[in-house]
Amino acid sequence: MKRIELLEEVAAAYDLVVVGAGPAGMAAAATAAAHGFSVLVTDEAAGPGGQVYRAITTTPVGRRDVFGRDYWQGAALTAAFAASAADYIPGCAAWYLDDALQVGLSAGGTSRTIAARRVILATGALERPFPIKGWTLPGVMNAGAAQILLKSAGLVAAGRVVLAGSGPLIWLLAAQYLAAGAKPALILETTPPGQWRDAVRHFPGFLPSPYLRKGLALMARVRRAVKVIPGVAELAVEDEEPLRVGWKRARGAAGTIAADHLLLHQGVVPNINLAAAAGCALAWNEAQACWQPETDAFGNTSLSGIAVAGDGAGIAGAEIAAMRGRIAALAAAEALGKISHEACARLVAGERKALRRFERARPFLDTLYRPARAFRLGAAEAMACRCEEVSVARVREAVASLGVQGPNQLKAFLRCGMGPCQGRFCGLTVGEIIADVRGVSPAEVGYYRLRPPVKPITVAELAGMKTTAADIRAVVRS
Amino acid sequence: MRPRFALSSDRDNVRVGSGGGEARRRSVAEAPDLGPRKERMTERSCEIAVIGGGLVGIAIGYGLARPGRRVSVLDEGDRAFRASRGNFALVWVQGKGVGMPRYAAWTRHSSEVWAGFARELGEETGIDIAHRRPGGFALSLSEAELARRGALMERLMSQPGMEPYPYEFVGRNELRGTLPEIGPDVVGGYYCPLDGEVNSLRLLLALHTGFTRRGGTYAPGHAAARIAPQPGGGFRIETEGGAVAAERIVLAAGIGNARLAPMCGLRAAVRPQRGQVIVTEKAAPFLPYPMHTLRQTDEGGVMIGDSAEEAGADDARVRLGILGVEAERAARIFPHIGRLNVVRTWSALRVMTDDGFPIYDQSEAYPGAFLCTCHSGVTLAAAHAMTLAPMIAAGTLDPGLSGFSARRFDVPEAA
Amino acid sequence: MFRRLPDLARPSVSFLLDGERAEGREGESVAASLLAAGRPVCRTMPVGGLPRGPFCMMGACFDCLVTIDGVGNRQGCLVSLREGMDVRTQDGRREIGR
Repeated sequence: MKRIELLEEVAAAYDLVVVGAGPAGMAAAATAAAHGFSVLVTDEAAGPGGQVYRAITTTPVGRRDVFGRDYWQGAALTAAFAASAADYIPGCAAWYLDDALQVGLSAGGTSRTIAARRVILATGALERPFPIKGWTLPGVMNAGAAQILLKSAGLVAAGRVVLAGSGPLIWLLAAQYLAAGAKPALILETTPPGQWRDAVRHFPGFLPSPYLRKGLALMARVRRAVKVIPGVAELAVEDEEPLRVGWKRARGAAGTIAADHLLLHQGVVPNINLAAAAGCALAWNEAQACWQPETDAFGNTSLSGIAVAGDGAGIAGAEIAAMRGRIAALAAAEALGKISHEACARLVAGERKALRRFERARPFLDTLYRPARAFRLGAAEAMACRCEEVSVARVREAVASLGVQGPNQLKAFLRCGMGPCQGRFCGLTVGEIIADVRGVSPAEVGYYRLRPPVKPITVAELAGMKTTAADIRAVVRS
Repeated sequence: MRPRFALSSDRDNVRVGSGGGEARRRSVAEAPDLGPRKERMTERSCEIAVIGGGLVGIAIGYGLARPGRRVSVLDEGDRAFRASRGNFALVWVQGKGVGMPRYAAWTRHSSEVWAGFARELGEETGIDIAHRRPGGFALSLSEAELARRGALMERLMSQPGMEPYPYEFVGRNELRGTLPEIGPDVVGGYYCPLDGEVNSLRLLLALHTGFTRRGGTYAPGHAAARIAPQPGGGFRIETEGGAVAAERIVLAAGIGNARLAPMCGLRAAVRPQRGQVIVTEKAAPFLPYPMHTLRQTDEGGVMIGDSAEEAGADDARVRLGILGVEAERAARIFPHIGRLNVVRTWSALRVMTDDGFPIYDQSEAYPGAFLCTCHSGVTLAAAHAMTLAPMIAAGTLDPGLSGFSARRFDVPEAA
Repeated sequence: MFRRLPDLARPSVSFLLDGERAEGREGESVAASLLAAGRPVCRTMPVGGLPRGPFCMMGACFDCLVTIDGVGNRQGCLVSLREGMDVRTQDGRREIGR
């Protein structure tokens, strides 16, 4: 792997451009490079690993036991990536992609576009918005953010730390904090009581997976040490010094606790912005209550030459991400004539066999940890749109009184989705609210129309784009 | 040959929604599909139905609801072309009307009544739409551009039937006195005290709010498929949300007017013309005057335009090269702008006639059918609400607007 | 307040935080340095003035915006700390020219 520090050193064209250096991206790049492609991997972070294996090559934390064994599985992937012939540019944001497979990159304050014959988007996942009252207060952050601080900087939240939400990451972070000597004060678990009953029919699929044994051991370890309040149905944090976290269970028991930090998490959702801005069709995933790019079994999107792999295609975890990355790379190899159809089919079949073992576990996890409706809709006083400071109540009222049909009309009325995050933290909430008021599914409501740049670039960077005489004529008119 | 979108076992739960991808939007020429819909279908009737809920439609709707008419505004759903989205929020007079002095006068009239209109909307809805009229600049980055602009303004003012309005040439030195941060490439420009700007999103919100408060009915999800003039008067509009009966109708459906107009004995030769806009992060105020391709919103974001391409009905793409030219020119006008981050770009389709001027028309074959189309929905919003709407309410357009009829496009018969 | 685990394998570097000398670790993100220095607030909102601090730590939320070496609105979680960096928390909208 050739690490490139300056954007000007990136070649003008590659066989394959991979956006994202997480498990899917690294696996795709290594596979593609092994089949003789020229490959560029671009990633915003300073080192490979994505979020799940964040800072795996650079973590300052010496003790391996802090992060748990699963984290270090990523080392094999990064080693294979490092040993490959791929080009890799860290600290670089892919802000533009179109159906002609032009890719816009920005690094060090400069931008350029490069050409690709195939693109694999491995942009991973984001934490789902968790719109509770007070979630914009300093001291409140995503649980994943705390995990990134631990991995990348060896920092733990000090004082009274409260974790709130649902999903495996809450338990994992709690275990990591315990291992680091930073015991959380409380876990407020928001999985709806009784949801395990819906999940139980999927248990046979989950039983043989590696997740079960590890998951149970981890949860037991955490429960022994940390107080857990289950079935939390209402949650709010008051702007006081220190923060005051209030909760209420479904059957009425309520309480408050003073906290120095509140770490929120209710699952992850695909990071779809680049795929959507490129024009890829999106599909609503009802089981996971989120949008993902429409893909076939090889990760191909509705745009020829653009594939998505990893959590960015649909939440399935790190192991599946790597396998899907390899499958997408093999499909690209066949498309570019590097391997035959038969060879591709054979190699992909091998990946799919391994994939099935992990895939069988997903329905159980997805059903068990599907976020409660109330927390997807948001509390009335919560900010729906953090960037433009629009409350859930305001969104609801506008939808009801103005007959708003979807998020794009809502954007025009209230500015939701017009901020720099481009809907990453409000799109799902806004969609659920509109669906709720209209009495339809979020699938019918739709999502924001996204446009480049999907990460900000300066006006000067845009001014540096190649222009033609026709472009000039379109702008400079009398 | 493997199917492209075969659902594999791990995606059984994926349902293709109707709102997700670009691939599924119908083309301009297609009528909406009136197949079975989940939501309740309605049969409604009203006195006046305005077809189209963009800035033109809702301004007219508000203007009709003000004196108490029973108005419905029929709008499409969330994914529609919506020319209004491409607006630059300018209330702009200078330079308009070469070839039709009547248009210059109409634009100027709108500009004059805009302040009262904004005040009324503010009182009616409590929403401050931040209208201001400090005058505006059209700046040039070369002597050739400056000369072209000057020639345009002279040609405009010297037209027969033209009522001249004040404007002045501003040389570079004088410009630097008013705008010290102006870039070295700016050679000068033209200033007109009649130009202004508004917060167009709040304008849209205020119009909708005011419209509803005055008893208007806003009906989204009611894209019009067919208009059937009824024997004995009145119209029946078949929409994707149900049928609507109206005594009078106003076609304000943007490029959709081309398909709908012939159904009521009207013609609307309009075509889409794509424009692209850039907006930056919010900055502390530095630009107190709107420019014809550059302005700073009241919240601080800098808007950069503007372009025109014949790209068909494609508002899904932005052409990077065009954004590049727009950005480059903006950074030459104000070098500081170069450092600001671009937060969003978008493209939208202007509704363009062959001569670029509005069409205001009423049907002779089917009295009670009106047509309104323009590509300056913000500038003309005041005139549409305060002047045009009362004409429609009264049942006939003033003779003074006859120059805007589509008859002007008729090829004169050979003698 | 975030505290550092002991024995971290990274050298200390000094930088300026709102004009005062502060200490961080080479290569960590500027957002992490701020949190480690006991500064949970990076900026105040352009409309309304409410305080914000880092929320997602992965470049998606845009709440960790700080001015670094004279350039405003930089995502602190995506910039690696270097010796001598001039970091300033932000108040409201970005000043033109910064």
